[in-house]
Parts: sequence; C-alpha cells; structure tokens
Amino acid sequence: MIYEVGIAGKTFRVDLVRNGDSWICKLDGQEVPLNVAATQAGTLSLLIEGKSYEAKQEVTSAESNVVIDNQRFAAVVKDPRSLQSRKATDSGSHGPQKLKAPMPGKVVRIMVAVGDEVEAGQAVIVIEAMKMQNEMKSPKKGLLKKLSVAEGAAVEAGQVLAEVE
Amino acid sequence: MLKKVLVANRGEIAVRVMRACREMGIASVAVYSDVDRAALHVTHADEAYAIGPAPARESYLSIEKILDVARRSHADAIHPGYGFLSENPKFARACADAGIKFIGPPASAMELMGSKTRARQAMQVAGVPCVPGSSKGLTLKEAEELAARIGFPVMVKAAAGGGGKGMRLVHTAPELKSGFETARSEAQRSFNDSEVYLEKYIENPRHIEIQVLADEHGNVIFLGERECSVQRRHQKVIEEAPSAVVDEDLRQRMGAVAVQAAKSAGYTNAGTVEFLVDAQRNFYFLEMNTRLQVEHPVTELVTGLDLVHLQLRIASGEKLPIRQQDVTLRGHAIECRIYAEDPDNNFFPSPGKIQQLVRPSGPGVREDIGVYEGWNVPLDYDPMLSKLIAFAPDRRMAIACMERALDEYFVGGIKTNLGLFRRILQHPDFIDAKIDTGFLDRLLSQPAKSQDASEDRQRVAAIAAALFTAIQGTSVRSAAPAGPSAVSSWMQAARKESVGGK
Repeated sequence: MIYEVGIAGKTFRVDLVRNGDSWICKLDGQEVPLNVAATQAGTLSLLIEGKSYEAKQEVTSAESNVVIDNQRFAAVVKDPRSLQSRKATDSGSHGPQKLKAPMPGKVVRIMVAVGDEVEAGQAVIVIEAMKMQNEMKSPKKGLLKKLSVAEGAAVEAGQVLAEVE
Repeated sequence: MLKKVLVANRGEIAVRVMRACREMGIASVAVYSDVDRAALHVTHADEAYAIGPAPARESYLSIEKILDVARRSHADAIHPGYGFLSENPKFARACADAGIKFIGPPASAMELMGSKTRARQAMQVAGVPCVPGSSKGLTLKEAEELAARIGFPVMVKAAAGGGGKGMRLVHTAPELKSGFETARSEAQRSFNDSEVYLEKYIENPRHIEIQVLADEHGNVIFLGERECSVQRRHQKVIEEAPSAVVDEDLRQRMGAVAVQAAKSAGYTNAGTVEFLVDAQRNFYFLEMNTRLQVEHPVTELVTGLDLVHLQLRIASGEKLPIRQQDVTLRGHAIECRIYAEDPDNNFFPSPGKIQQLVRPSGPGVREDIGVYEGWNVPLDYDPMLSKLIAFAPDRRMAIACMERALDEYFVGGIKTNLGLFRRILQHPDFIDAKIDTGFLDRLLSQPAKSQDASEDRQRVAAIAAALFTAIQGTSVRSAAPAGPSAVSSWMQAARKESVGGK
C-alpha cells in the first residue's frame, strides 16, 4: 500500500508491502532494506542498512508525531484506504481563525469583547495552569467574532476559546 | 527515633522522604487532594488520608487539615518537603503547639529568615557580607538618597519577597520612582506586605549556595556548595556540585560564613545559605532557605551522605554523626529539573496524561521522580515531574553522562523541557562553566539551532509513520473508536502484531 507522508514540509511516498513477518519498503520509488521489530509498547525498532533507529508514535488531542530516537516529527499520513486520513492543516491567514487552548486550565481573564478589533499577537484570554498565568494571543489581525468561554471556566487542551475573522 | 512521619507534600519530594522513612524503619503517612488519589506518593506511603479539593489552599496548604490527619494517624513528626507549608512559621508553631515534631528549624529562625530586611540586619551583626544596600524598609525619598550613594543599577526588593516577585531592576535615577512603586504594589498583592528595600545590583553574578546541617545540640556543619546559576525567571533549571569557580579556600570561607549565619539565627536541621558571587569572586549573602532544597541530591552524591536520613535523625534529637573534618567531596554531580512545560511555546505548562514514559538508567544516573506512565499530571500544582541527576568523577564526564541519560529519556503525551537541557549542555559557555544567572536568558534569546533533522532522519520518520499507519490499519481499524483511548488499544495491537523482521 502506498502512503503519502508529510514531514517537515516535504512529502514522502512510502510503499509498504507485507511479506510474512517482514516488510518490503520503497521510499520515493527506491527500495529500502527494512527490518522491523516491535519492542516495548508503542515502540518499533527499525534496522535500515544496518543502522538502528527507535520509532515511537505520539498522538494527543492536539498533535500527531512520530518520534525517531527522541526527536519529534509532526507527521501527516495520507492513506488512500483509510477513512481517518488527515489533511495537511492550512495555516494561511485567510478566513476565520480559531484560538485554541494549548493546555488544560482555567480562564482567569478575558481581555477583549466580541466585535473588538484585535492585532495579531494581541492577548485575548489569560489561562491559568500549574500556578502560571499564560496569555492566549490572537492568531491574526481582525475582528473578534466569537468568544466560546467565560471567565472562571475550565478548558481542555485543544478547546476553541475564540474566533477571529 | 521517630516512629511515624506525616509527609505534608506531594510529587517527587514526598516520594523521596517516604523512601528515607522506609529505609530507617519509620512508618510514613501521605496526604492527598481529590486529584491526587492515584498519585505516586500515595502508593509509597504506609497510610494515606484525603485532605480535600484540588486547590492547594484547600488541601496541601491547610494547616488545620494536615494537623488533623497527623493526630488521627498518631504521627509523631511532620516533614514539610519544599514549597507548600515548608517555610511557613505559623505551621511550624502549630505543629509545636500540637506536640508534633516539625522536621525543620524552629519558627523563630524561619521568621527571621523570611523577612529579607530582618535577615540582612541579623547577618550584618553576625559579620556576614551582604550586598551593599539598606536593611530596612524605605520610603521613595530614602531610596533615592541611597541609590545615589551606592550607584546604579539597583534592585528594589520586597522585604517579604521570594520567587522573583516584588523585584525591580532599576538602571537610572529617573526610572527609580516607577520601579519603586511597581515593586511596592506587587509586594502588597503577592505578600500582603508592601515593605521594599534597596540593594546594589550585582551584574551577571553566579548563584552559589552552601548546604548547612545543624543539630539541636549546637553543632553546625556545612556540606560544600552547589552552583545554581542556570536560571529562568529566577527559577533554577540546572544545579551542580561542586562549583567550577569555587576552590578550597573560597569554599572554606563561604562555609564558615554560612555556619555563622545558621548559628546566629538559632537554626536547626537542614538549610541552605544562598550567595551571589561576582566576577572577582566576592560573595554576598542573598537569603537563607529554611528547608530541604529541590537540588539536595547533587550534594548527597558528592558527599556520600543522605540528607533526609540526617534530617530525620536530627529531628529525633540525635547529635550530628559527622564532624566538619569528616566531610569530603568526591566527583561531580549535575541535576536537571524536568518540567511539564513546552520550551518551544513560551514554556506553557503542559499538564495531561503521560502516555509513555521511558526512563534512563545505568551508571551514574539517579532519578527522583513523582509520576508514572499513565498518570494524569494535574494542572493544579507545580509542573515539576522529576529530577534527573548524573554523577561522574569529573564535570566533563558528568555532562556526558547527563547527555546520555537524556538521550534515553522519553515522555510521550505531554510536553517537557527535556530538549532544552540538551541545548544547554551542548552550549560552549556551559561546557566551559562560564555561567551566570543571565546565561539561560541569553541562550533563550537566540533562535534555537535549526531543528532541521538530517535528511536521513526525516526519511526514517516517514517510513515509521507509514509503518504505524499500516499496522494500525490492518489490525484494529474497525475496532478502534476515535479519540485518545484508540491510541492505547492501538499501541497494544502494535505490540501483539508480529512485525519481526527476517
């Protein structure tokens, strides 16, 4: 099966065919001698041309990473057969943009009102977590279209706090 | 000897103290808030009692609730750890009134050292060198006169201060008024005490501290120094012992002053005298921390002593089992404080579930940890997860050992500052020990060396991402529900799946 993998702004074509206990792997059309073993939970040991790598996967509510020898790579896999294929996120500044909580916490202050004009990087909401107050900043210049939380509210990581258009 | 000790804390330090209790045949009692029922410290204790809701002021900071548990469990002593109630003289006094031994100094010594201005007065009387400045609260007019006399830059500081709050650096005379007033109002808000005083600002000092131990029979010794100059926002990030700039002569002089400071305060148990050391290696009293420090393990490794054992023995009324001449330093130790925070995103805290935890081991590695794989790091407390300590014959090898340990360390599911330590340890100034309290801010103000991994690694990452998807797709696609729980079932599936090579 062929997967399109987006890593560090590049797209790799990985063709994987299972052959009994092993895999036949082509990367961008070139065959790569690959030897795979599952080690501890969630971890694969990869031997590629004699070099040893450890691969882990990390999926949280906010991101999906592959970790190679403790170095994280945000990875977007397009699997032609999978229903869960993810699209590369469009991070342009057109259209409405959502301000999301990067971590769980409590809303301690809201610094603008719906309809206010905000600058890119302007503090919109202050969230407190682990004894620290953190300013959530507007992702772009525009009008604050929507506020989805109130002061005192508990929020989850990835929860939408506001929308700027 | 004490029979049962209540540990009024959580996280790694609670586990640390309970381990010492177990080793000494002392029963331990844990207290826990509603979000900490499944915390590691609860499982390490012999007994555990709930003390209320998550917010610390309703649980870990409640003197009443903690004393109530101490009475119910018949604990004969309380170890406060660090943070929370550890430097609260009211708590020490309440313990004494309840007939429960507080493992630490008497309340009077805590009160003296808790007020920066009173501590400065006492230290000056005892002949301890202090940073030039005032030893009492000042009005703006007095501050202006004093600043003119000692010269700018000056630091305006809250008398009740700590943790960098109520502190303002002022470079020129016209800035003094606003700096003074900001410090005052911040001091009022943070400590309910607006008294501020003035000190000359020592540029690019090193932060070097002396560990002292005092028994209740008048014996005081010091256990060498720790260098804690790698700081962010006045919070220590890396500590080491010994300091690369402290030779035996300076060590003896600083040690003698620290012992003098402890004696003049009527100090008992473990404490730390903090100094600023300038480029000419002049040292000045900064403050005394009246508790066990986070960074105590580096001292333990280079002295071969167990500070918590000694705390428990001192609190039991024993005399110090060692004399000053018995204290020798051997090797070099470095500690990294591992926090649940994101260095790539403004150091935002990163609470949440630890999905995977791979811990380093092997020669020279010690870890004092307060969490486990599967633990949900609550957002209500300090974000420190663990302390990683490396020990080797010399500084260069201790750095190498720490780098190796960091390479083995993996925390999945939440962000940590592990990557920051690699950056610090590889910095030429750190390697040459050219560090001061501004080192880390300077390092962080420069863009991180491009995280661009080698082409090779990216290719491996691409293959791995496809493999994970392939394994997931062929085994549990239909069974896997969306959401985080899918990850763990998926990971189990990945393990069971036969993907062995050859």
